[in-house]
Amino acid sequence: MDSTQATISIIKEMAAAMEEHRRSLTRLDSEIGDGDHGTNMHRGFQAALERLENTDPASPSDALKAVSMALIGKVGGAAGPLYGTAFLRASSALAGKEDVSAEDVADALEEALAGVKQRGKAEAGDKTMVDAMSPASEAAKEAAGSGSNVGAVFRAAADAAAEGAEATVPLTARRGRASYMGERAAGHKDPGAASTYLLLDAAARTLESSSGGS
Amino acid sequence: MVGLVLVSHSAEIAEGTATLVRQMAGEVEVAPVGGDSDGSLGTDPEGIQAAIEGMQADEVLVFVDIGSAVLSAETVVEMLTPELRERVRIVDTPFVEGAFAAGVLAQAGADAAECESAALESRTESKLHGET
Repeated sequence: MDSTQATISIIKEMAAAMEEHRRSLTRLDSEIGDGDHGTNMHRGFQAALERLENTDPASPSDALKAVSMALIGKVGGAAGPLYGTAFLRASSALAGKEDVSAEDVADALEEALAGVKQRGKAEAGDKTMVDAMSPASEAAKEAAGSGSNVGAVFRAAADAAAEGAEATVPLTARRGRASYMGERAAGHKDPGAASTYLLLDAAARTLESSSGGS
Repeated sequence: MVGLVLVSHSAEIAEGTATLVRQMAGEVEVAPVGGDSDGSLGTDPEGIQAAIEGMQADEVLVFVDIGSAVLSAETVVEMLTPELRERVRIVDTPFVEGAFAAGVLAQAGADAAECESAALESRTESKLHGET
């Protein structure tokens, strides 16, 4: 499978994950947010699938750009511009590359993280998707540095994101709607951190099922 | 003349604020963009982009209410052509008060910097002047 095809397969698996976990994400968001995260992410990734169909991307960068535009345009909540920016920065990081290496994936995740931090003015510990994305980026860099393949880099990132998402439970929020809730937000997992894990896990599973990726 | 784009989570808030501004500043170009692409509460970056690109005004000030309105407007501005981006500024003020102050100044022929500075005063201006 070439990198463009792999990217498209990953995006399809991400869309399936957002469909499958729509209710659980929305439930998390009802506890501390406005209760639309699952619905919004599902809607955004459905739009991303449509856009992939219509634009027929020629490179991994093009495919990620299509997802970005769909998420920015169709999600409706804060997750749209945030994830849209993440995919846009990842797309820019991979511009001009037909074959994506493990290092490229780690670089793209690092750029995505930088974009989300800039757009959301959030840092680690604010109880946001940064708390999943930041350890994921670190783990990806480490895995790529020690010679892992693309699939193993995504797996390392997903596992770190899962731990990072779990670690948001006791935190009080400093960004987003939950930040108005003060101590009341403690005891709940951040929905954005949870969806970040699900997306990275979908990427890892896609490549694992196609024998470890390229 | 300076034009205003008003980005709210709610179509009614965006429209209502535009009505308020137009009443005091009838010649100022005001474009309300409220709600998401389905007309529900939320924001619609494609709508925001279309509104900004459709403005006739030389300079455009964008007012935003809460949460994703801010993020969507910032994302859209980042994606504009460099020529257009130079003419567009997001103003960091309360939505209604800031847009109102900027509109009044724009009507009087002030440039974008003057309108923005008047709008920024609404961040600290007391409404009750200490008579609480």
